[in-house]
Amino acid sequence: MKIHEYQARELLASYGVPVPPGKVACSAEEAASIAEEIGLPVVIKAQVLVGGRGKAGGVKVAHSLEEAREAADKIFKLTIKDIPVEAVLVAKAVDIQKEYYLSVTVDRSNKKAVCIVSASGGVDIEELAVKEPEKILKKQIDPLLGPDKNTLRKYLSAAFPPALLDQALEALLNLYRLLVEKDCSLVEINPYAQIEGSTLIAADAKINFDDNGLPKHAEVEALRTAEEYSREEIEAKEAGLSFVSLEGDIGCIVNGAGLAMATMDLIKLFGGQPANFLDVGGSSSPQKVLTALQILTRNKKLKAILINIFGGITRCDDIARGILIARDQIDLPVPLVIRLIGTNEKEGRALLEQAGLEAASEMTDAVKKVIEKAQAGV
Amino acid sequence: MGILIDENTRVLVQGITGRDGSFHAASMLEYGTKVVGGVTPGKGGQEVHGLPVFDSVADGVRETGAGCSVIFVPARFATAALREAADGGIGLIVCITEGIPVLEMLGNYQYVREKGARLIGPNCPGLISPGKSKVGIMPGHIHKPGEIGVISRSGTLTYEVVYNLTLKGLGQSTCIGIGGDPVIGSGYIDLLGMFEKDPDTRGVVIIGEIGGEEEEQAAEYIKSSISKPVVAFISGRTAPPGKRMGHAGAIISGGKGTAEAKVKAFEQAGVPVADRPDQIPELLKEKLGSQG
Repeated sequence: MKIHEYQARELLASYGVPVPPGKVACSAEEAASIAEEIGLPVVIKAQVLVGGRGKAGGVKVAHSLEEAREAADKIFKLTIKDIPVEAVLVAKAVDIQKEYYLSVTVDRSNKKAVCIVSASGGVDIEELAVKEPEKILKKQIDPLLGPDKNTLRKYLSAAFPPALLDQALEALLNLYRLLVEKDCSLVEINPYAQIEGSTLIAADAKINFDDNGLPKHAEVEALRTAEEYSREEIEAKEAGLSFVSLEGDIGCIVNGAGLAMATMDLIKLFGGQPANFLDVGGSSSPQKVLTALQILTRNKKLKAILINIFGGITRCDDIARGILIARDQIDLPVPLVIRLIGTNEKEGRALLEQAGLEAASEMTDAVKKVIEKAQAGV
Repeated sequence: MGILIDENTRVLVQGITGRDGSFHAASMLEYGTKVVGGVTPGKGGQEVHGLPVFDSVADGVRETGAGCSVIFVPARFATAALREAADGGIGLIVCITEGIPVLEMLGNYQYVREKGARLIGPNCPGLISPGKSKVGIMPGHIHKPGEIGVISRSGTLTYEVVYNLTLKGLGQSTCIGIGGDPVIGSGYIDLLGMFEKDPDTRGVVIIGEIGGEEEEQAAEYIKSSISKPVVAFISGRTAPPGKRMGHAGAIISGGKGTAEAKVKAFEQAGVPVADRPDQIPELLKEKLGSQG
């Protein structure tokens, strides 16, 4: 899960990491009054979860209240990568002398949390990692022993001058504490800015959370913004389905994430375009199939639907029941191709046959057939 | 022979009194697995399917001589269950549970290793040595005893591949679902090394997916250390970047973890990558044939 910069700033501040004074505003008027309160100049930043807001004109500096109002007004009219701007952060513009980079995240390959620092902050760190990898310094943290202060101090001294070392170390330890306590997948400060008086401050912040950790942290779940997921994706999540919408016209309902991806790939391989990823999960009840079909059929571009089930925990007869209930309750506007195999396959097929529906047993056959149906419907 | 489990493997089921634990304990027994007991703290002394239930893994190991445990407890109890299994002297821990936070797994991974135990999973279907033992949730009947090892990050996609192998007469020595999470106990490299040494395994199928760099690392390892034929399949070629495709580990981020990179790495290591699951048996037969 992602959160907005203004939320990440508040969380960092609550963990003792200094941030410039600032507040979130939902109108140009509000932005101007916050600017008055915290003092000029201010930087006004669009609060959207997608990257590239600076290039899109979503970040502006204002030196007067009038400028602040105008800048905010312009930003509120922006749509950045299809996301309309609904909030801006108004923060005190600080005089930055040097930009550093500081983050903690999970290193999948080494199975440890890892600190990343650079004395060349402010830029896209992934780009820097490719072009000048020697400018990025990494240090793993033992998950059972936790961070060791002396080791980290030595590590940080390669990027920070002695006068800034104590501040950087304290911030890094706080970042790690935040990562672990809130089950984050990334806590990043970029730029980590040196301002007057040799003070380090988080001029921008990004925090991502591990979805698996959310059930442990109601206070984090409460930070969720509607922007990250479409209405369909949220509805699917509530029904226990895993759903991602795509550009194509062939709807997919599959059990298991790996098979769901493989089904999409096969559709593409044979010249079709998948409209979505949808994993109904294990032990799928008939109700889940109904919800899945309801979500899919709202897509106006849809030309055909493929249900691909390899029963393990999922029982084919449950899936068949779901299909029959759906057929009674909703008007399926497009052809349906079904592939059923595995646990209780016979029972499932019998149910479908009684209702005049047939099911393929091979995945390749079913995929070819659904593409034919979709193309015939053009 | 196969690897990790056989007809003599004695298995404890952690969470046996729960809905999933109880159901799959019965299914494993039916397959012929030597399930010797279950563990649910506070329910010691009860019986499930005629099997004794113990309060702790240590009790269960002492009373039954179990060397393997399979974990079905809910995510919020999984870390405690994993560590208890390692403390109790279990050598092979299979964690089916889905939804364990990654940061907990970092500690668990190291903890289990330090105790000298091997972990499979979490968020996996378990493993099976067909005809001998099944420790997990896969449908047993699609498997057939034979000489092909299968290592997969997926569940149902593994069934799809195994079904195709069986259909074309290629039985399996051991099939392992290693799990769809970013941090898992045993990876491709650990298991490839075991299959390489297993005299009854002639070839290996790897079923990977987008996210992480484990497939690329496996390809490097195959190039340097594996003499047996390997065939791969990668799912998620059509997945968009930045979206989690069901599995917590299946996400393309920061330009890393793409299907293209994985396919390329395997091909450079001399590992053919199938476009479709039903092409895997043919590719494998070609590789096996060319090796005599």
